[in-house]
Amino acid sequence: MTSFQIFITIAAVVLGTVLTRFLPYICFPQGRKTPRYITYLGKVLAPAVFGLLVIYCLRSVNFTGGTFGIPELVSIAVVVLTFLWKRQMLLSMASGTILYMILVQTVFR
Amino acid sequence: MSRFSTANCPKAFSVQSLSPKNTGDSFAALKTSFPLTLPVMAGYVFLGITYGILMVSQGLPPWLPVVTAAVIYTGSMEFLLADNLVSSFHPLSAFATAVMVGARHLFYGISMLDKYRHMGWKKFYLIYTTSDETFAVNYSADIPENVDKSWFYFWVSLLDQLYWIAGAALGGLAGTLITFNTRGLDFVMTAMFVTIFMNQWLKDGEGFRHLFRNHISEFVGLSASVLCLLLFGADRFIIPAMLMILGILTVFRKWIDTEPAAGQTPRKKGEGR
Repeated sequence: MTSFQIFITIAAVVLGTVLTRFLPYICFPQGRKTPRYITYLGKVLAPAVFGLLVIYCLRSVNFTGGTFGIPELVSIAVVVLTFLWKRQMLLSMASGTILYMILVQTVFR
Repeated sequence: MSRFSTANCPKAFSVQSLSPKNTGDSFAALKTSFPLTLPVMAGYVFLGITYGILMVSQGLPPWLPVVTAAVIYTGSMEFLLADNLVSSFHPLSAFATAVMVGARHLFYGISMLDKYRHMGWKKFYLIYTTSDETFAVNYSADIPENVDKSWFYFWVSLLDQLYWIAGAALGGLAGTLITFNTRGLDFVMTAMFVTIFMNQWLKDGEGFRHLFRNHISEFVGLSASVLCLLLFGADRFIIPAMLMILGILTVFRKWIDTEPAAGQTPRKKGEGR
């Protein structure tokens, strides 16, 4: 690609991404009353999306072979249990990540 | 004349926005928001470095990952772009891919409509820098009463974006110099979303009473995503999963919607009906 074509491609990607980010705010401006259905979605979508994001992070894990997803499942269990115990987000994330790094660098190479 | 004289400044940069009260507000918000962005820092710097290395390894100049990190600021799209930029020229398909990959921003926007209301000049920037992580942190944060919400959201958004740009710059310029074994560090993102999911779960009700009713959104999100992942595969399950989540939450709205219609007394979430 030429520099100009690279520039146009990047501009197209920026435009597409910006569109998805701004569309809800353009459709439902703050001056006008947002439809009840949309306010409802605004409340119930986020918890579902957090679930989707967790699954998204695990999308390439092989549960039927290789490590069988054991390092991932063990580390997630540690994140969940430490969070239920201490309710400290940073502590749970750090312990889960460090454990995962140890597991994939030593036990499950 | 001093370059910093405010006499000829446009309105947007007037002294008012720099008044002591305002800077105090912003600093307090920075102190509250910074710790919450630490896991994002670890994840973004690491992933950003990977992105910078990838772009340079495709033979592209090192400033390109930095610029794209700043203006596109969607990790998954940028990794696709790295391939795109060295193949043939198809701007329309690049646009379509960006819309598909960014479709989840629609959900984030709908969820943040209320929280990003009345954010003044910051609103445009907050919307522009919506990412998976920034959305998750800003949506789930319990901002203390005495902290200015708009500054809190602003700092989370700005810090996260800076981490991503810094990572891309490091990767583009010095990626090959890294010798520390970073294998598995990317798990910090998974860990972050798991804690945010757990935090939301506990907010929606603790204990096993009304387990399903209190956490129906979480159940729908997890099961629709797993089902679509099995049906459509890792590369194309996001959009079907979003549609399925939207469909189920719409069809069962009558049972899920705990908000009273106009004229009725409010009912607390988690109480029996």
